[in-house]
Amino acid sequence: MITTDILIIGAGPTGLFTVFEAGLLKLRCHLIDALPQAGGQCSEIYPKKPIYDIPAYPEILAGDLTGKLTEQIKQFEPGFTLGERAETIDKQEDGSFIVTTNKGTKHQAPVVAIAGGLGSFEPRKPPIPNIANFEDKGVEYMIREPELYRDKNVVIAGGGDSALDWSIFLSDVAKSVTLVHRRNEFRGALDSVDKVQELKNEGKVNLITPAEIKGITGENHVTGVVISKKDEEEYVLETDHFIPLFGLSPKLGPIANWGLEIEKNAIKVNNALDYQTNIPGIYAIGDVNTYPGKLKLILCGFHEATLMCQSAFKLIFPDKKYVMKYTTVGGIDGFDGTRKEAPKAVVKKIE
Amino acid sequence: MNPDVKIKITDRDGVLHEVDAPTDMAMNLMEVVRSYELAPEGTIGICGGMAMCASCQCYVKSDHELPEMGIDEDMMLAEAFHVEDNSRLGCQIQITPEMDGLEVELAPES
Repeated sequence: MITTDILIIGAGPTGLFTVFEAGLLKLRCHLIDALPQAGGQCSEIYPKKPIYDIPAYPEILAGDLTGKLTEQIKQFEPGFTLGERAETIDKQEDGSFIVTTNKGTKHQAPVVAIAGGLGSFEPRKPPIPNIANFEDKGVEYMIREPELYRDKNVVIAGGGDSALDWSIFLSDVAKSVTLVHRRNEFRGALDSVDKVQELKNEGKVNLITPAEIKGITGENHVTGVVISKKDEEEYVLETDHFIPLFGLSPKLGPIANWGLEIEKNAIKVNNALDYQTNIPGIYAIGDVNTYPGKLKLILCGFHEATLMCQSAFKLIFPDKKYVMKYTTVGGIDGFDGTRKEAPKAVVKKIE
Repeated sequence: MNPDVKIKITDRDGVLHEVDAPTDMAMNLMEVVRSYELAPEGTIGICGGMAMCASCQCYVKSDHELPEMGIDEDMMLAEAFHVEDNSRLGCQIQITPEMDGLEVELAPES
């Protein structure tokens, strides 16, 4: 069991900055994120895109922003459970919550802050009618264990980096690799495109373009996919595995079943006070929440995180006196023993 | 103030809406759909308008001359689902006076 003061669900910019504001109040944080790295959308979807409305940064790349946030919170030693999705929440008799991930990791905290953005990123599933029947029976939306494909026939669909990279990787593992894409052009790193071209020339990767997979054949396991090319008759290509790699899209997911008030695919919070949800002790901050006048901006998430932490402190220590201190005045004492503070004024006499 | 243009939008339930869209607010078609709440928040414009999610895909029904497709939009549509020959990403279509009378249908959510 992982225990902490504030359990943060979502390690995007808002979740990361929460660690800083909590740290100033001597509260420890642990973050859960379904993605394998911290940073949320900023790192996963658009790390190289500029953002122009972060105060004091005329321009900053999304990936750099999350990098700097990670650096800013380092001394508060946040814990991370990455690559796991928060699945269930159970209120305990002492008022705390236990959040369990899809992999069974349990976390306990008196306060839960949902900073889940647009939700957890799930693979986009192509609209093939019977595809659900074959999930984990030859259809995999992400590659977890490459050895599964050893000496098997594999069909990969998609035109981005992951489709290219896995075609390259599996060409050494699988019996055969076929890459199917709707276009002749691929949107991937140039190196990867060149490498796939090379493997195609060597006969190590079969390329079927422009084409689409319209169906799956098999009884209890995939035995083939239906390939559709424009102006040609559809045909079945025999295969043991079909791996559609069409990127990720965010879904609110299991959080929607936690008994929280949901409106417009977002969690309703009390914006007059502290961004608490209808369940006391559970807060929602950043893009995941909604209230009258809500704007889904990173800078609004920072503000919400700050007020939320003050409220969390009062909830955890109802009888302790506290007033907000400026970091310039109070400095920052890290949990790692480091201290940052403004340099002392120099006093010198003039003779 | 520039005059608004009229745009006909068929939502995902097949309901036709005729809406006024401003030409002087740097809005794109995806944002017009959101401003009239013709698709639920969280199901359209998920990436914010970077041509990176295809949640604003629509089918263009009228023969308006639209801005040429950029590489980002083209490549996104190459990986999106339910794509037809007249598919475009709403976020890449700026509302200009030339868009008056445009008719589009929102593609299914995926």
